[in-house]
Amino acid sequence: MNDVVSKARTKKTADRFNETAGNLLTRSKSTGGQKEQPDISSLTKQTLHDIPKNMPAAKLEIRDLNFYYGDFKALKNINIDIPDKKVTAFIGPSGCGKSTLLRTFNRMYDLYPGMRAEGQINLDGKNILEKDIDVNLLRAQVGMVFQKPTPFPMSIYDNVAFGVRLYEKLSKADLDNRVEWALKKAALWPEVKDKLKASGLSLSGGQQQRLCIARSVATKPEVLLLDEPTSALDPISTGAIEDLIEDLKNDYTIAIVTHNMQQAARVSDYTVYMYLGDMIEMGETDQIFTKPNQKATEDYITGRYG
Amino acid sequence: MLSNNTINASLPVNTGFENRYNRSLYSKRRWANKLGLGFAMTAMVFGLFWLFWILFTLFVEGFQGIVQLPVFTADTPPPMSAGGLRNAIVGSVMLAFSGLFIGAPIGLMTGIYLSEFSQGSMLGKVTRFLNDILLSAPSIVIGLFIYALMVQGKNFSGWAGALALALIVVPVVVRTTENMLNLVPNSIREAAYALGTPKWKMVTQVTIKAAKAGLTTGVLLAFARITGETAPLLFTALNNQYFSTDMSQPLANLPNTIYQFAMSPYENWHTLAWAAALLITASVLLLNVTARFIGSRGQVK
Repeated sequence: MNDVVSKARTKKTADRFNETAGNLLTRSKSTGGQKEQPDISSLTKQTLHDIPKNMPAAKLEIRDLNFYYGDFKALKNINIDIPDKKVTAFIGPSGCGKSTLLRTFNRMYDLYPGMRAEGQINLDGKNILEKDIDVNLLRAQVGMVFQKPTPFPMSIYDNVAFGVRLYEKLSKADLDNRVEWALKKAALWPEVKDKLKASGLSLSGGQQQRLCIARSVATKPEVLLLDEPTSALDPISTGAIEDLIEDLKNDYTIAIVTHNMQQAARVSDYTVYMYLGDMIEMGETDQIFTKPNQKATEDYITGRYG
Repeated sequence: MLSNNTINASLPVNTGFENRYNRSLYSKRRWANKLGLGFAMTAMVFGLFWLFWILFTLFVEGFQGIVQLPVFTADTPPPMSAGGLRNAIVGSVMLAFSGLFIGAPIGLMTGIYLSEFSQGSMLGKVTRFLNDILLSAPSIVIGLFIYALMVQGKNFSGWAGALALALIVVPVVVRTTENMLNLVPNSIREAAYALGTPKWKMVTQVTIKAAKAGLTTGVLLAFARITGETAPLLFTALNNQYFSTDMSQPLANLPNTIYQFAMSPYENWHTLAWAAALLITASVLLLNVTARFIGSRGQVK
């Protein structure tokens, strides 16, 4: 195990050295001999053709997407279809751009100056990266759950009703029903039904995360983005949330970023493997985890690096 | 295998911790630690000594006045006759509250602008810089400014005093509001945006709620600060020997009553000055304790 890592590292430093030295001969030789690390120069050429042919109807089509943090190019020419009412998992080592990619789907990056995206992301055929898109309405349609629970400093009921009240005028009874429905969807209802007036911050970490999922589900978004939703949770809460994902995919299109490969294998229908800002391989989860087309994907999944 | 052997060979045979560690290095550090701790304790005792002496004297002298004289029921007397502090207490409360009601909203709104809306803009930077200057401006300068603005050529008035106090409240509240809102984690803002919340709604319903305890603490501390301010009232509200609630006329207040009475040669005025000093100190203490209580309760929750 240790051997592989150290070998990979020396290879990397050697590559860097050759690159700076600008010696084309040695560079081509070294990339040719590369086995453990993905061959990045070939991966940047990933295009539309790498999307599997037999994909179901896409909810989100990502076309030639480039993303920049200032001068740093974090996403390189991404082309992905995210199928409607299915779970798509994004896996890859830290810093590979999966969270960045997820945050372009609801234009979260808009909040920060210096971040920009180029290309197209078509939600039901409409490019959401265009300037005239109302991001508030977009975010009401594309919900997001974050890595750490983020309950608002208000009661459990108000937390769930918050997003609903923004865009819908419901009667008290209808709103009550919606809150109950969302909390049931998030598998939190039995634990909180007698204390809906209690502060959202009084719940445990796992309960808070399910509260945040209930809050996102309550607005009935068409797409739900989950950014490592279980990384701060214990196995029982994780199980509850995975069951929830299974249940939610009947109504929603779900994109989930996860570091846990077993989780990706358990919950997703499609899996995207990313590395250093490139989409390396996309396919049905069974295929990716049993017989991936790319050596790099296989190496990552079998734990040889990453 | 080979490398393991070479490592072992370079070390003494017995490498237990007992034999390895340097005793003089360790005892030197322990000694330095004791010395530092000793200095810190001495400094603390020195500071507390004066503080408690002040409080003790204040209590002994002031309590006498509060017990012996009709402090809360009679107005400030002429020299050598019995009287109380009723007009000064009422005047002080009126000045402090009107100063707070003018200054706190301005300060809160500016702080919210700086933390949530300015985002590195030039206007934000200039505002923050000017606010820092105002924060450290001597209060007598603020009094002088209001004097030139509202009193010169007209008359001393309660409103001028309230405005001078408001000018002291503003920078304090701006600073605490901005700091408290900056403490609200960005993840909560992102979560609100992720639901499609417009910015103004996010600020009013989420971040301000999250920072509520901190904002209240800031306002209370500003209130505590102005209850004892003397210099800004010296040539704005001036003082008034008689009972008055007319804010457009000179208004009696505790700090200036202390200033005037303590400097006088009359025994009964001295007693009243001590009583007034005790009243101010007690109310400042109460405000500070309340602010701390609210602040800490906000953190636990």
